[in-house]
Amino acid sequence: MPVLRLEDVSVTYRTAEGAVPAVRGVSLDLEAGTSLGVAGESGSGKSTLAATVLRLTPRSATVEGRVLLDGEDVLAMSFGRLRAVRWAEASIVFQGALHSLNPLHRVGRQIAEPVLLHDPSAGARRSVDGVVKELLTSVGLPTRLASSYPHQLSGGQKQRVMIAMALACRPRLIVADEPTTALDVMVQAQVLDLLTSLVRELGVGLVVISHDLSVLATTCDRVAVMYAGRVVEEGPAAAVLRSARHPYTRALAAAFPTIGDPAARFAPRGLPGDPPWPGDLPPGCPFHPRCPEAEDRCHTDDVRLRPAGDDQAAACIHVGDPSGVVR
Amino acid sequence: MTAAAAALEAVSLSTTFRTRSGGVARAVDGVDLAVGAGEIVALVGESGCGKTTLARTLLGLERPSAGQVLYEGKPLRYDARSLKAYRRAVQLVLQDPTGSLNPRHTVYEAVAEGLRVHRHVGDEQAKVADALSRVGLRPSERYFLRYPHELSGGQRQRVVIAGALVLDPKILVADEPVSSLDASVRGEILELLLALRADLGLSVLVVTHDLGLAWNVADRIAVMYLGRIVESGPTERVLDDPQHPYTKALLSVVPEVKHLEPTVLAGEPPDPTWIPGGCRFHPRCPALASGEAEEAGVAGDCRGTGLPVLPAATEHVASCFLSSLRQGMLPD
Amino acid sequence: MSTATGAPVPRVRSAGQVRRLRRRAALGRFWSAYRRQRAGVVGLVVFALFLGLALAAPLLFSHDELEVTKATGQVLAPPSAGFPLGTDESGRSVLALVVWGARVSLLVGVAATVISMAIGTLVGVASGHFGGVTGGILERATDWFLVIPFLPLAIALATVLGSSLLNVIIVIGVTSWPGTARLVRAQTLAVESRPYLERARVLGGGHWHQMSRHVLPNVMPLVLANTTLTVAIAILSETTLSFLGLGDPFRVSWGTMLENAFAAGAISAGAWWYLLPPGIAVVIVVLAFTLIGRAMENVLDPGER
Repeated sequence: MPVLRLEDVSVTYRTAEGAVPAVRGVSLDLEAGTSLGVAGESGSGKSTLAATVLRLTPRSATVEGRVLLDGEDVLAMSFGRLRAVRWAEASIVFQGALHSLNPLHRVGRQIAEPVLLHDPSAGARRSVDGVVKELLTSVGLPTRLASSYPHQLSGGQKQRVMIAMALACRPRLIVADEPTTALDVMVQAQVLDLLTSLVRELGVGLVVISHDLSVLATTCDRVAVMYAGRVVEEGPAAAVLRSARHPYTRALAAAFPTIGDPAARFAPRGLPGDPPWPGDLPPGCPFHPRCPEAEDRCHTDDVRLRPAGDDQAAACIHVGDPSGVVR
Repeated sequence: MTAAAAALEAVSLSTTFRTRSGGVARAVDGVDLAVGAGEIVALVGESGCGKTTLARTLLGLERPSAGQVLYEGKPLRYDARSLKAYRRAVQLVLQDPTGSLNPRHTVYEAVAEGLRVHRHVGDEQAKVADALSRVGLRPSERYFLRYPHELSGGQRQRVVIAGALVLDPKILVADEPVSSLDASVRGEILELLLALRADLGLSVLVVTHDLGLAWNVADRIAVMYLGRIVESGPTERVLDDPQHPYTKALLSVVPEVKHLEPTVLAGEPPDPTWIPGGCRFHPRCPALASGEAEEAGVAGDCRGTGLPVLPAATEHVASCFLSSLRQGMLPD
Repeated sequence: MSTATGAPVPRVRSAGQVRRLRRRAALGRFWSAYRRQRAGVVGLVVFALFLGLALAAPLLFSHDELEVTKATGQVLAPPSAGFPLGTDESGRSVLALVVWGARVSLLVGVAATVISMAIGTLVGVASGHFGGVTGGILERATDWFLVIPFLPLAIALATVLGSSLLNVIIVIGVTSWPGTARLVRAQTLAVESRPYLERARVLGGGHWHQMSRHVLPNVMPLVLANTTLTVAIAILSETTLSFLGLGDPFRVSWGTMLENAFAAGAISAGAWWYLLPPGIAVVIVVLAFTLIGRAMENVLDPGER
C-alpha cells in the first residue's frame, strides 16, 4: 500500500474576488522508501498541495478528494486523530524554513517540542535529550548545537535543524517544501544528500517540492510537474528530465542549461509570458498561451493526463494514447 | 588585456568593514578584474565570498580600502560630482525587482527617475518609451501608468532594466538578475541582456551563484572565494576544465553537470573576519585532504605560503599551487 | 498576477500631466477607502461643523457681544429664549462666547500643529537619513526635547515672553514636535533599508532626491495621520494653558471661558450652562480629530503594500 495517495484532490480558496482554484484534481502515489518530486512555479499549486497533506490549508479553502496516509483519509479524520497523525505519521519541512525557528528558544528545545507533544512522559523520563542528540547526529550536526539559539546558526544548519524536527517523531512521510531555495549550491548539495540518505536508511516516504527540475531529478525517484493546479507530467525522474513529453516540462528543463552543452551557450531558453494566476485561467489547456506547440484545439479543449510511454504520463494532446485517460 | 581596452577595471581592490565585535571583515581582499567593452563577465561565488561587495565597490557605492576602480582607464573619484557623472555610465540592476521599485511610483516615474536626477534636457517621454520598448514592454504607453504591484516579476525586472538603460550606460552590473524570478521567465531576461549587448554594445557584469547562468550568457567567468578571485578565464575553458579545486567542487555539485564526480565540500565558507593562512581555501580543499597535494609536494605551500592576487588576464588562470605545478608554472 | 490588459490609457502629454493624473487617482482611491470608515466620516462631519461655526462667527454674533462693557444680559442667567446658553458673569451670551472661542481654539490647535509637524518631520527625516554624527546629534536633540515637561516650560515662557496667543502657539509647538520626530525617524529608517532607495542612489540621486522623492512620500501618510492626532493634543494643551491663566487674556477661547467660570464661582453658583459648553466643545472637537486620525491611519496603513 502506498504511504501516501492523493485521489483527485482539489483545493479552492474563497477570496474577495471569487473562488480561486489552486489545485484542480491531482492524483499521486508515493510508496514507502521512495521519493517523489513535485516541480512547479508560482501559481502551480504545489505549496497548497503540500499543506493539504496534513490538512494545513486555511479555513477559507475548500478541499475535495481524498488524501490517504497509509490508507487513512486525512481529510475525513477527527481532529483528535489528526493531531496524533500530524508529525508522528507525516511531517512537513516548510518553505522559508530559515524563518520558521523561534528566535527566543534554544534549538534543542524546539526539536524536542514535537516529541513532547506526542509523548509528554518523555520529558519526565529525560529520554527526550537523548532523542534530540540522536536527531542532530542523524542530520550531520554536532550535538552541542542543541544549546544554541537559531541566530547563531548558518542557513544550512538551520535547514538541517528543520529536517531534524521533521524526523523527531519518526514519521512515515516527510514533505519538504522548497528545502533548498535560498541556500548556496554547496549547502544545497549537502541538504539533498542528507534527504536521500534518510530515505534510504529510515525507509520514509519523501515528497520534495521545488521549482528546480534538475534538483528533483537528481534527488527523487519520480517526478510530477504541476502547472496551473494540475499535474501535467509524471514519471520516473530521469525519464521526465531527459525525455519530457509535455512542452512545459521541456521548457522547465531547458531553463537550467546543461553546463558543457555548446548548444546552450548564448541561447537561454525560456517561455514568453508568465505562469497564470489561478484565478484567471485561460480556456482550454491552461498552458496554451505560452506553448510553442499550441494548435487551434488547444484553445478550446482541456486535456487530462494520458499515458505517454513507459510508466510516464503527460497532459498534452500531442502525446500518447487519447483513449487511455490515466486519472 | 590592456587598461585602455577594459571598460571597467578593478586593480588590487580591497574593501574592508568593521564588524560589531570590533574585528575587520576583509570582504574583498585584493582583486584584479577587468570587463571589456561589449563583454559579459560572470562573477561567481557562494554567499559571503565578497562578490556583492566587489560589485558595489565597482559601482562606487562602497569606498575601497586599497586599490582602485578604473573606468575607461581613469581612476574613479569619489566627490559627489564625479560620482554622479559616473552613474550615467555604470548602472545597477538589483536582485529583487519587487523591492527595487518604489510601490508608490508608476512605471513611467520609475523609468524617468534617472533622467530627472541628471536633469536631462529633451523629450523625457520619448526616452522612457524607447527604454520600455527596448526591454520588450510594448506598446510602452500601455505601461506608463501601471504600478509595480500590477506587473509580474519578469515585467518588474524589465522595468528596472529600462530604468537603468534610460541613462545610456556603457556598463551594466546585474546582481542575481534572475534568481527571484520563476524558472520559465529567466530565459527572457537573459535573452534581453544578450540583446542589449548585441544592439547597444553594453558590457555586463553579472554577479551570481548560478553557474548555469554563466554558461548561458557569459563570455568570461571569474570565480570568487573569500574575497579573492581564485580562477578566471573564458567560460568554456573554465567550466569544461576547471583548474582550481574549489571551482571543480562547485561545478560538480550542480545537478545539470554530468562530467564531474560530485564533490560535496564539508562545512560552510568561513566568514571574512578570519581568513586562513596560506591558500585561503586549504582547510576545505579536497585535493589537500585526499593527499593529492602532498604527493605533488605542494602541501606545505598550501598551508603556509600566501598566493598573489590573480591578474586580470584573458586566458584561463587559476590561483592554486597544485594546478600551477601541473601547468608547468613555478609556484611563488 | 495578471499581465497588462488592454485597458484604455489616456493620451499622455507630459510628465507633469502624468503626475497630476496619478495624484487625482490616488486621492480618489483614498477618499473611497476613507468613506468606508464610519467613525472617520462622523469625525469629519463634526469637524466641518465646528469649522463652519468658527468661520461664520462674525455673521452669527457681532463682535460687540464679546465686549464686557456692551453686555446686555443679566449676570449668570440660565438659558432663555434670548440667550440659548445663558450668560456669563458679565452678562455676555455664553453661546456667542463658545462660537467665537472656537476660532481661537482651532487656530491655536492648527497653528501649533503646523509648527510641530514641520519641525518634527524635518528633524525626523534628517536624523533617519543621515547617519553618523549628524544623525546622532539630531536624535539626541529629539530625546532632549522629548523629556522637557510641558507645564513648567509653558509657565517659564509665559513669564519671560508674556501671555499672548503667539506664545501659546510656540510653547505647544516646541513641546510636541519630538513625538512626531521619533515616529518619522522610525519610518524613515524602515524606508531607507529598502532596495529602491539604493536604486535611487545608483541612479545618481543625491540626498535631496532620495529624501524628497522616496522617503518623504512614504513617510507622509503616517505624518498626516499623526497630524490630526496632534491637533487634538494641541487644542487640549491650549485649553489647559488658558485655564491656568497663561493664555491671552484679551481673547476668548474655551480655555479662558473655563478660567473665568471658575474665577466667577460658577460651580458654587450652579451655573452649569457656563461650565459645560466649553468643556463639551473641547471634548467633541478632540474626539472628532481623534476619529479622523484613526480613520486615516487605517486607510493609509503601510501593511497594505
